[in-house]
Amino acid sequence: MANATTAGAALPADTNIPTVLHEPRGTASFHLKVFIGIAVALVIAPFVLYPVFLMKVLCFALFALAFNLLLGYGGLLSFGHAAYFGMASYLSAYSAKVWGFSPELAILTGTATAALLGLVFGAVAIRRQGIYFSMITLALAQMVFFFCLQAKFTGGEDGIQAVPRGRLFGFINLADDRVLYFVVAAVFLFGLALIYRIIHSPFGQVLKAIRDNEPRAVSLGYRANQYKLAVFVLSTTLAGLAGALKAIVFQLASLTDVHWSMSGEVVLMTLVGGMGTVFGPIVGAAVIVAMANYLATLGAWVTIVQGIIFVLCVLLFREGILGLVARWVKRPL
Amino acid sequence: MMRKLGTVIAAALAASCAGAAQAQVSVKLGVLNDMSGLYADISGPGSVVAAQMAVEDFKAAEKGIKAEIVSADHQNKPDTGSTIARRWYDQDGVDVILDVTTSSVALAVSEVTREKNKIFMPSGGGTSDLTGEKCTPNNVHWTYDTWALANGTGAAMTKKGGDSWFFLTADYAFGAALERDTSNAVKKAGGKVLGAVKHPLSAADFSSFLLQAQSSQAKVIGLANAGSDTINAIKQASEFGITQGGQNLAGLLIFSSDVKALGLKAAQGLVLTEAFYWDQNDATRDFSKRFAAKFGGKMPTSAQAGVYSSIIHYLKAVEATKSKDTAVVMAKMKEMPIDDPLFGKGSIRADGRAIHPMYLFEVKKPEESKGEWDLYKLVATIPTEEAFRPIEEGNCPFVKKG
Amino acid sequence: MITIFGVPSAALFGQLLLGLINGSFYAILSLGLAVIFGLLNIINFAHGALYMMGAFVAWMLLNYLGIGYWWALILAPVIVGGVGILIERNYIAPLSFSDQRQSFVLIGATAIGFLVLSFGFSLSATLAFVGAAVIGVAAASIYAWKRPSQSSTVHVDHLYGLLLTFGLALIIQGLFRNQYGVSGLPYGIPPQLAGGQQIRLFDAPIMFMPNYRAWVIVASLIVCLATWFMIEKTKLGAYLRAATENPTLVSAFGVNVPLMITLTYGFGVALAAFAGVLAAPIYSVNPNMGADLIIVVFAVVVIGGMGSILGSIVTGFTLGLVEGFTKVFYPEASSTVIFVIMVLVLLVKPAGLFGRAS
Repeated sequence: MANATTAGAALPADTNIPTVLHEPRGTASFHLKVFIGIAVALVIAPFVLYPVFLMKVLCFALFALAFNLLLGYGGLLSFGHAAYFGMASYLSAYSAKVWGFSPELAILTGTATAALLGLVFGAVAIRRQGIYFSMITLALAQMVFFFCLQAKFTGGEDGIQAVPRGRLFGFINLADDRVLYFVVAAVFLFGLALIYRIIHSPFGQVLKAIRDNEPRAVSLGYRANQYKLAVFVLSTTLAGLAGALKAIVFQLASLTDVHWSMSGEVVLMTLVGGMGTVFGPIVGAAVIVAMANYLATLGAWVTIVQGIIFVLCVLLFREGILGLVARWVKRPL
Repeated sequence: MMRKLGTVIAAALAASCAGAAQAQVSVKLGVLNDMSGLYADISGPGSVVAAQMAVEDFKAAEKGIKAEIVSADHQNKPDTGSTIARRWYDQDGVDVILDVTTSSVALAVSEVTREKNKIFMPSGGGTSDLTGEKCTPNNVHWTYDTWALANGTGAAMTKKGGDSWFFLTADYAFGAALERDTSNAVKKAGGKVLGAVKHPLSAADFSSFLLQAQSSQAKVIGLANAGSDTINAIKQASEFGITQGGQNLAGLLIFSSDVKALGLKAAQGLVLTEAFYWDQNDATRDFSKRFAAKFGGKMPTSAQAGVYSSIIHYLKAVEATKSKDTAVVMAKMKEMPIDDPLFGKGSIRADGRAIHPMYLFEVKKPEESKGEWDLYKLVATIPTEEAFRPIEEGNCPFVKKG
Repeated sequence: MITIFGVPSAALFGQLLLGLINGSFYAILSLGLAVIFGLLNIINFAHGALYMMGAFVAWMLLNYLGIGYWWALILAPVIVGGVGILIERNYIAPLSFSDQRQSFVLIGATAIGFLVLSFGFSLSATLAFVGAAVIGVAAASIYAWKRPSQSSTVHVDHLYGLLLTFGLALIIQGLFRNQYGVSGLPYGIPPQLAGGQQIRLFDAPIMFMPNYRAWVIVASLIVCLATWFMIEKTKLGAYLRAATENPTLVSAFGVNVPLMITLTYGFGVALAAFAGVLAAPIYSVNPNMGADLIIVVFAVVVIGGMGSILGSIVTGFTLGLVEGFTKVFYPEASSTVIFVIMVLVLLVKPAGLFGRAS
């Protein structure tokens, strides 16, 4: 929280998000090790843990990573990310089930929908800042929810059920959980690598400059709005990829995915894992999904425990789990 | 050498265990429902209590059946529900999933069950699609479904003279299905539908919609919604003097726990259909009092009673066949007549629908009630053969083939 | 009869009147949110939960102590306002402290309290948790009292206040759900306000107006205007507005700004509880009653202009009317129309209808 005491007016300038502008030397090779570690863990995991559960974690982790790209590196807090996740999930489910698309095409359809939606909504939303940006994204997402509730093709609250998993590229049978798992893991790794590349590209550096001080970035000749729109669309596209994958994994798409509480859940995952850390959202997603799955027997206590985690995170560990770890190993994560 | 010996001993042990397992069937029953949300009082933790009572009452252990119960909260999210169902079937060795409120989750679990070839016995979940277009050979739908409620209330009210209807419909597929099925029942019984208004899900204020219903001058206002929507609508109907003005309210999906929440003052005169009410006969009273003793004094709802009865029926089939193979047990369950202390006599049809009589109740006036839980009086009994949707109208794919 | 877009004008008038009643709830709730946001710069996500708590306190007063509606209308806001003050002192204020010691005391005492109560006294988990929360708050309060006052220098992001209050809302709603179930509890209309009047316009009956609903409009108008008067026209209000603009300067004049912040939060929360008591006789008293409302009320505050007192009152009533109008012509959309308006307003007037551009 180095920049926490700097005075500022709007959200992007005064966020307490730890900055990763100044990475100590050797960070890149350290991150490479983390990458390899994640890849190895992904290979071993399905033999230890239940693959369907892992796939759920991966889908949500990708979703949270996409969200964190926008919040942690664009400084934009979207309250409506469920819209892109959910719409992609619907389109992917619908195209696979009704139009008989192969899984890769269905996922592509869903992702493209989210990208398009992100482009339109982003163009509207990035014109406002701080909390107003958040409220516009929320309002637009509520409209998407209403549309999904009304539209015939979504199947109302029953959702689109029994979506075929199909054969990837025509010959890989995804009906087997293990096979599907490795496909999901591969997509996830691809998403993670892409986000890592974006953050560490010149584009990412400009984003961080805009996040930390927009007027200065503008005075340096950067068109802040174009950069913001670009990162918004990237974020919604990746959120869409996560949603589209999820529809294929669970063979269903439902209103839960577009409801505002899903937008809240992704904020929670990012917060728990550590905002502005590259790998934090993965940890956050794992913790939250594990809680929803393994504490399900606790019944009503699940929401209370969730509330307690929120309060604990804000009061005591504002930098999230990986933020703490990063401080401990003295390297950004 | 030692290793070889070890293998032999292990094999011998395994064989002896297998021998023991033949004498004793062990089954695992999963109660999956909404433990914390909208429907937690309709099924929720009470269904788990009912499940435990079923295993105790059946004296499963004495009959060579080792029955274990697990439970979980699906939070009304289809993906959470289907993940838990998959994990239960794949990893935890669950044989039957029960209850499952919320139609979207019930349909998701039904798909998983079919894929894994296990058994699904919904009680709290009401969509008639489970034995209709989306039926599977693995479902046994207990207690009620939307068609039965709509038909029971619609037909009976119309025959009693409430022959013009106006609907307050929750704006989602479930509400639309309730409205459609009730309209059909009303028209078949010679009544007419004057109109309907769709309201958004969990709208707190119903006065506007009630006013539209009032000005339609329909004799009956059908509430095609559920949970707090129904409660709010009824509460406000009483406030606006709609029932006093001569119009009747008909709850199309309402449980005794909802009526309890409303209080008799607001709910009096409401007509509804249920499969079970605690105060019907000695058997239901005995069960309900034992249930209440274990569950903080609350009487069971029909969904909770349904969990109890469906487990008893399942265990009977397991006992008779000495097997827990899905096909064998399903065949036995469908072949065996239902003779149940709570739901009376009935049977399970080829499409998986468990049929039994349904009852039309009217909520008592406060002065008629003799106790905290004295809520209903019986208006009519809908006989078994009329209570549920005829099998040929359900368009269940595998039944048509066979 | 005159018709407007095919709807008889009398019926339309009735519908608009009903919209106004809903608007009163939006107005009181968004007023509380606006007051809190103005001074604390926090979006109080717990507002819905505290509104629910107001309704439940009214129910508890009646069923446990035999205290009726009219006293509840005063007592429930006081009680919930007190809870709000404790929340502000022990959860929200420490957000801007430069160290986290008070939070550690709070969390530590709560955790120990929970273990002791649930295992030592074998209370049910819900009650043990409530007891533990009381112990934790007490311990943290004593700790805060014993040590010199904390200078609140750290600027806190909106986000953390929002997430914290969201977490508190989840906990409060969960506890009530555990204790009272989700179906809700009955709460009757006070006998003095039972029944209603047939409203007529030029002898044409418009609608049946329950007395209680008329009372809701009157009560909320009084409360809204009194609050507006207090903030805009009194000395106390002047301090409040000044503190909103520049807290450092105001405290330099010798005004106890932290105390003012605490009391403001308590007041905003008490308004929510007041709305809760008003709602108890007509809406289902259940733990989720606030959760569904809070998002709409947010939209009202944003449309009115964050922190604007007059804005939230006027917008509250107006949006009630708009919603009422939508319920006649396109009822399915009545819960979404507010969000459409919000997007439009924010695009045209970024700071809301009554807000000042920063």
